[in-house]
Amino acid sequence: MVKYFACVGHLKSSWDQVCIAFWERYPNPYSNHVLTEDIIFRDVTPGNCLVSRRLLTKTNRAPRWMEKYLPVTMARHAYIIEDSIVDPQNRTMTTLTWNISHARMMSVEERCEYRINPDNTSWTEINREAWISSNIYGLSRAIQEFGLARFKTSVTKTMKGFEYVLAKMQGDTPSRTLAEHAAERARETALVAKEKAKGLASQAHKKQQYV
Amino acid sequence: MLIVLKMNSVGEDCTDLKREYDQCFNRWFAEKFLKEDRSGDPCTEMFKKYQHCVQKAIKEKNIPIDGVEFMGPNKEKPDS
Repeated sequence: MVKYFACVGHLKSSWDQVCIAFWERYPNPYSNHVLTEDIIFRDVTPGNCLVSRRLLTKTNRAPRWMEKYLPVTMARHAYIIEDSIVDPQNRTMTTLTWNISHARMMSVEERCEYRINPDNTSWTEINREAWISSNIYGLSRAIQEFGLARFKTSVTKTMKGFEYVLAKMQGDTPSRTLAEHAAERARETALVAKEKAKGLASQAHKKQQYV
Repeated sequence: MLIVLKMNSVGEDCTDLKREYDQCFNRWFAEKFLKEDRSGDPCTEMFKKYQHCVQKAIKEKNIPIDGVEFMGPNKEKPDS
């Protein structure tokens, strides 16, 4: 069973600007959960399309009820791959993003098409689809619901992140200041540290049980 | 307070190479590629150095990137 989700979004910037922003979108005030970013493959096809593969590591935060079912040693970081094709002749960009870790627990796949907004050619339209599935016996429906809810939140963050980066590129003062960004980052770092500590404490507790 | 405005690489030693490459790429992408100027990629050497470093880090950390074809997972998908 797979949960399917689709939505259309708009950015009030040209397709060119959005594509440039796509490569410069991290970090932004809404992406503090994204820890590392790497291009691990890139090429230009004979048809002059840019194909790229980007590897991201993100913090892996699950709700309390899900954490109970995660093995203690489960990695606190999730790995995500994003493949993309930029076609400058047709002015389209297609992206496919999916997690390569924790996939049995929950698999989220997102496909986006970026194109010139047909109603306003100085804007960009993003058609987004997602497929969310889980293979954990007895929990898959709950996990999928959680996954879908989190995905919708992340779409909002993604769009806000884009708007922030585009505003910066165009020389506007972004609505979120650097100070807020720094404060959010500090909060995020504290959260990661807290989770690490929790993980270690839980490990120690588990060890005790089997002594 | 230090405000980090650039991303790190998954390979701690690769971050400088990554940032150098990204800077070169971003300029080429905006000024040449999007204008369909095919006059050649000035970033290939930087990319090679960066890739050598990051692919090594990926292996060391056992990150499971192998075996997935480009745009691979998006086969026939059911609508719910």
